[in-house]
Amino acid sequence: MEFDYHSLVGFAKSWGLFYLIALAIGVLIYALWPSNRARFDRAKKSILDKDDRPGD
Amino acid sequence: MIATLTVEERQRAIAVSAFLALCGVIMAIAGRDDLLGTHGVIVLLFGLGGIGLVLSKYFEPEPPQERLSHYYDDPTKVGIVLSLGWAVVGMFFGVWVAALLAWPDLTFDAAWASFGRLRPVHTSGVIFGFGGNALIATSFHVLQRTSRARLPDQFSPWFVLLGYNLFCVLAASGYLMGLTQSKEYAEPEWYADIWLVVVWVVYFLIYIRTLQRRKEPHIYVANWYYMAFILVVAVLHIVNNLAVPVSFGHAKSYSLFSGVQDAMTQWWYGHNAVAFFLTAGFLGMLYYYLPKRAGRPIFSYRLSIISFWGITFMYMWAGSHHLHYTALPQWVQTLGMTFSVVLLVPSWASAGNALATLNGAWDKVRDDATLRFMMVAAVFYGLSTFEGSFMAIRAVNSLSHYTDWTVGHVHAGALGWVAMITFGSLYALVPWMWKVERMYSPKLIEVHFWLALAGTIIYVFAMWNSGIIQGLMWRTYNDSGTLAYSFIDSLVAMHPYYISRTIGGLLFLIGAIVAAYNVWMTIRMARSQAAGTAEADRPVLHGAGAALQPGE
Repeated sequence: MEFDYHSLVGFAKSWGLFYLIALAIGVLIYALWPSNRARFDRAKKSILDKDDRPGD
Repeated sequence: MIATLTVEERQRAIAVSAFLALCGVIMAIAGRDDLLGTHGVIVLLFGLGGIGLVLSKYFEPEPPQERLSHYYDDPTKVGIVLSLGWAVVGMFFGVWVAALLAWPDLTFDAAWASFGRLRPVHTSGVIFGFGGNALIATSFHVLQRTSRARLPDQFSPWFVLLGYNLFCVLAASGYLMGLTQSKEYAEPEWYADIWLVVVWVVYFLIYIRTLQRRKEPHIYVANWYYMAFILVVAVLHIVNNLAVPVSFGHAKSYSLFSGVQDAMTQWWYGHNAVAFFLTAGFLGMLYYYLPKRAGRPIFSYRLSIISFWGITFMYMWAGSHHLHYTALPQWVQTLGMTFSVVLLVPSWASAGNALATLNGAWDKVRDDATLRFMMVAAVFYGLSTFEGSFMAIRAVNSLSHYTDWTVGHVHAGALGWVAMITFGSLYALVPWMWKVERMYSPKLIEVHFWLALAGTIIYVFAMWNSGIIQGLMWRTYNDSGTLAYSFIDSLVAMHPYYISRTIGGLLFLIGAIVAAYNVWMTIRMARSQAAGTAEADRPVLHGAGAALQPGE
């Protein structure tokens, strides 16, 4: 297949749609996955710790 | 600054500075008949300055091992000062170009002071000088705190910070001499672009190397935004600046692309510069400093992840809305328009997430001007992303394009969102960095807040009025089917708005000067306090202690 304007357009108009949908589904699954809740909760609270030194 | 480097790092700093100076010499010789030579001299001086700086402290003792149990904040401190310096310079040039539109004689018949040369000094000065330095400074701070790991070494952060400022100096001085690629927000010529790539790769490596050593299991979302900013800006910068120089002794270069491809590449770059330089990086700031200052965790962490990926992947396609009604294929324009409209979802998710975080802390917003800066930033973020989505619709764009409405939209984002979140973050960060209780004057933060807000509103309303009048005058036809107004008619109608825009910008500039003074006085306050405690812990040998008050 020759790689010209039309093949690029065809690729962008079809696969572009599918990969963005797949990506959206993937992100939603990752963000809403129940067992991820604990690490997200820890992450959002840990920035409020007062300690200002590197380490645990 | 130098005393915190190990001897090996001092040697590396000298070697890199010497290499830079050598590059400067080569540029100066090869470009002796060209403006490239002037830039060669600037690079040479920068390299020699680096060598001199390191040599002046070369024989100081090495920093103690104990340093590794602290975060490395010196580059952040210098970055804050540089950022505020660029803010004052960049906004001064902004007021000047605004005044030039109202009073064209203010060029004083000097070539370097013509509108076309001053304007990029303003845009690069505020975006790259003020915004970029603030992003580098805060990213080093946030990166270390959220991963609970010290920066990997003490030299590379300085290389990034100072190397980046060399790029900014080359950019601004080049514009005044008339050097430009004529690409919006990508005006610097090929040699400055290559230098920025080197700096940027080191910046990204600092991020990766620190994250590798993190003590937190999860990478906090602010870092995702900062990393998207660094990574995507690198990609955009490299692709859009692919160019062939006339010769290696010549500053001028020609883009690899031509025609509509060049336009598309430029606006793919231009809009993503807005997305990843002016949005993603500053959202990183928002997601760290706002919860920190409010003392409340972000309202929904999950929402912050979803909006991160939404912004990252949808912005990539929005650039073509800058090229409605051009030679660009219709479907590409429609694609850009559609993605711009959908972008409202993740944008409002972030703005809403920020405001919901403050829900329950409104008393703090009322009392604390620093937090109020961040709150107003979130509101303006929501407003200007809505306006942007709206203006990207082809029919709306037919009215708004090429008018001052666009200028007003950009400044609603730049003043209301980017500058407000930056000033709020810096006011929160400065006392932490210099280890003092609070800023020198909370009253001056309050003064700055109202100056900034008043300036932004005056500016944006002036440009909305001016832009819509302009757009309508350009499309008004009379009975015989010809244009009702000449271009000069629309210019006369815009004159009062140009004057009020200058006043709005002036208020904003005064606010930035107040901020710079306040930060400077905070640093002096921190120094005198540190000197006070150091002296109190030591017997007074001479009469020097006589000036001390009992309270000290």
